[in-house]
Amino acid sequence: MSDPKELRLGFAGRDQVEKLKDYPDDAPQPWGLDTGLEVVGKDHPRVDGVAKVTGAARYSYDVRFPGMLYARFLRSPHASAKVVKVDLAKAKALKGVLYTESREGTTVRYAGQEVAGVAAESEEILDDALALIDVEYEVAPCVVEVEAAMRPDAPQVLADGGNVRGGGRGRNRGDVEAAHKEAEVVLEREYRTQVQTHSCLETHGSVSKWEDGKLTCWASTQSTFAFRMSMAGAMGVSAADVTVITEHMGGGFGSKFQVDAWDVFAAKAARATGRACRYLLDRREEHLIGGNRPDSIQKCKFSVMKDGTLMGAEVEAYGTAGVAQGGAGVVNPAIYRFKAESSDQATVLTHAGWGRAFRAPAHPQGVFALEGMLDELAEAIGMDPLDLRKKNDPHPVRQAQYDIGAREIGWQRRKKSGSDAGPVKRGLGVASAKWGHSVRPMAGYGTLCRIEKDGSVLVANGTQDLGTGTRTLFAVLAAEELGLQPGDIQVRLGHTSDPMGPPSGGSQTAPSIAPVARHAAWLAKRRLLDAVAAAVGGDAKQMDLKGGKVVGAPKDLTFKQACSLLPDTLETGGEARNEFFSLPRYVGEVAGVQFAEVEVDTETGAVRVVQVVARQDRGRVVNTLATRSQITGGVIQGLSYALFENRILDPRGGNMVNADLLNYKIAGAMDMPEIVSIPFDVSQGGTTTGVSSLGEPPTVPTAGAIGNAVANALGVRVRSLPITPDKVLAALGAL
Amino acid sequence: MADKERLRVSRRDMLRGAGAAAFLGAVHTRARAQESKAPPGTERIGPGATKVEFTLNGKKAAVEVEPRVTLLDALRDRVGLTGTKRICDRGACGGCTVWVDGKTVNSCMMLAVDAAGSDVTTVEGLAKGGALHPVQAAFVKHDALQCGFCTPGMVMSAAWLVDRGRKLALDDIRHGMAGNLCRCGTYTHIFDAVAEASEGKGAR
Repeated sequence: MSDPKELRLGFAGRDQVEKLKDYPDDAPQPWGLDTGLEVVGKDHPRVDGVAKVTGAARYSYDVRFPGMLYARFLRSPHASAKVVKVDLAKAKALKGVLYTESREGTTVRYAGQEVAGVAAESEEILDDALALIDVEYEVAPCVVEVEAAMRPDAPQVLADGGNVRGGGRGRNRGDVEAAHKEAEVVLEREYRTQVQTHSCLETHGSVSKWEDGKLTCWASTQSTFAFRMSMAGAMGVSAADVTVITEHMGGGFGSKFQVDAWDVFAAKAARATGRACRYLLDRREEHLIGGNRPDSIQKCKFSVMKDGTLMGAEVEAYGTAGVAQGGAGVVNPAIYRFKAESSDQATVLTHAGWGRAFRAPAHPQGVFALEGMLDELAEAIGMDPLDLRKKNDPHPVRQAQYDIGAREIGWQRRKKSGSDAGPVKRGLGVASAKWGHSVRPMAGYGTLCRIEKDGSVLVANGTQDLGTGTRTLFAVLAAEELGLQPGDIQVRLGHTSDPMGPPSGGSQTAPSIAPVARHAAWLAKRRLLDAVAAAVGGDAKQMDLKGGKVVGAPKDLTFKQACSLLPDTLETGGEARNEFFSLPRYVGEVAGVQFAEVEVDTETGAVRVVQVVARQDRGRVVNTLATRSQITGGVIQGLSYALFENRILDPRGGNMVNADLLNYKIAGAMDMPEIVSIPFDVSQGGTTTGVSSLGEPPTVPTAGAIGNAVANALGVRVRSLPITPDKVLAALGAL
Repeated sequence: MADKERLRVSRRDMLRGAGAAAFLGAVHTRARAQESKAPPGTERIGPGATKVEFTLNGKKAAVEVEPRVTLLDALRDRVGLTGTKRICDRGACGGCTVWVDGKTVNSCMMLAVDAAGSDVTTVEGLAKGGALHPVQAAFVKHDALQCGFCTPGMVMSAAWLVDRGRKLALDDIRHGMAGNLCRCGTYTHIFDAVAEASEGKGAR
């Protein structure tokens, strides 16, 4: 390790791994730590960047057709009610209203649930029509707070089964009581996290259009293929009659995996009227029903020996995913080696909008409490919090990350908590994250690679690019095999008529499709070189494509000249072969560590994050620029979660009082720290490309690191997210 | 500027979706409205559609819209320029930023009728003769975008800043971009992009 800013660990290629001796020769050879790659692993501006900066990129939100209808639901202002009567007469009489639906007789279980739907020729007519619908409700008592909902006399969200569900879930290992008894220090603390809404900038929804009994949906979805299957089921048609298109996608973060009621409404309205119909949620709807990260109350009892040996970790956690049964839960305890662990996690039903998977579900909230407890234990035994982690962390990559990160942030500057002089105090904090290698190939995955005689190259797959840079990943992988640059490759994504690709969840897209994409381009290269050998002689097996040229042929040929020798258009199909995915792996877990430095004004309570250093294992890096974006983005979302975001429901009526982007605060330009994300390549192996999971892990530790930095600055701890000025002042006893 | 006399009818006054049907048109000073025959002062327009003419990306444009329609919705749904994004729809996120008479405006907070006679530039009109604005090129180079949905608004705010023609310090950039929200977390990349675009270039 000559340069402490870089660390390269892991699987080093076929010669060093026994198992690879059986790997076939007639397939792309696995990339190892020292494989020399020309295009992979460098900075590549995304191939759709120009389309996005010029406004040319067309999102589902932007799809327009002549005569297209606009749809919206009228939503209940009550959190708990019976819809006794819906009178649509006046709305239907309005010129330009072409389709309506009523939900008369249904039970409302959250404020924002639909009670009627309208499709009309313009948004102005839609506004008028919704205002003309008369609804008679039988309003019932509601409960929207976790602790209130747990009381025996609380209003029940569902007819039976109670509001508290799924208790007893969680990890149980060893005898935690005995561990506590044996320990020298035992601490009991309660941590809380808030409900965070996904707040995708492109809201949920789709545009539906029927033609000859076949449906096309332009959907803002994280899973084009699942959307197609579900929509076909909802419409009673075969999946083959449904095409889903997601050209560009304005953020999902876990909330856009399913076909929703509004999508089905638009498709029905489109079928009934013969017009295209669009239903993309408005901003208020996005907050109410577009998904959220459940909140948590985590009662933690942790114990430790004075030498820093972690003993017992006992967690009792409650959280609400609104009317969703299940879904609340936290990853706590985790990461560190405890002698014994037990956790009991329950979901509490409330009269509130559905929780949905949100970037690393259950992780950031669990890590905030877990890492807070680690620091509290360290404080109690007078140990440096970093030393406590290093002593108890079993992961070899994180062990290295602690040292490198500490050097970068200047951990030796960390003072005794609360000892910084003056009214504005600085503090340092650290927190860790773990994630799985989410490689989940399906046998049906494929990728098309087509080379024309004029040298143009198309790569196509039906998966979607959420903004993570998936489109560019395909271009880089194909360019590597074909000896070209990413800009030479045309990539078509997001059309279900193309070969199947992954849903974008669990950080699985890149690791699961990269070997398949690479295979398609590799096959195309071999076939092209066969054509070259047939035309100019030589052994195709000895030839390769590098730097836009054919190498190893008896004649100098550019890529374009080689393509002109093709008898016809060349088309190959990459496959998800078992052997591409069953290679040895270095370690079984993605590791990350973050350090935060904050500045807290003890007079105003305001917290400013000065710097975040992110060490994130990211496997084989295809595009260094895009991975930096992912890590930076994860940190910024984590910062926003730590300091600002909070869905606030009126406890009496259950309405969200900040369902907009003014009062639901998301971190902005003024809130940005310096973010240092340093290359940290871990050659994980596992597949022919060694690409690993990156979408979710970088957002996991940020809130924990910031929480610990704030406590270090103040000498008192805020155990509740978001860490707002009022909580800081209350912790200081100044309120 | 003629707008010193104008009575702005704000978006909030229009109470979109709540009693909009009962709204009988705006009392509205149209200092630059092309069809104004009213004596100096005010005239009543709406609730029906009214013709609004303005300059859009250097060309004449006209839309027929009700007074309650925002400039944003007129651009997206009537003209068909969907580069300008509707995100918060209440002036909080800057996603709909366009230039009106040389100033950045949240087009969701401006009624289309208020743009009558104005010179409007959208993200589609920023690149000149096929050449990207330096801010656009820098956004691509620094990966100052992820999902890209906030990007048109970011680019319009950033290009306006850079076109003022002076070198921008980090604090200038933070303040200048403070009205634009990004959900993916691209801010620090945006700072790099804007700083590079402002290096010795500024106004074109």
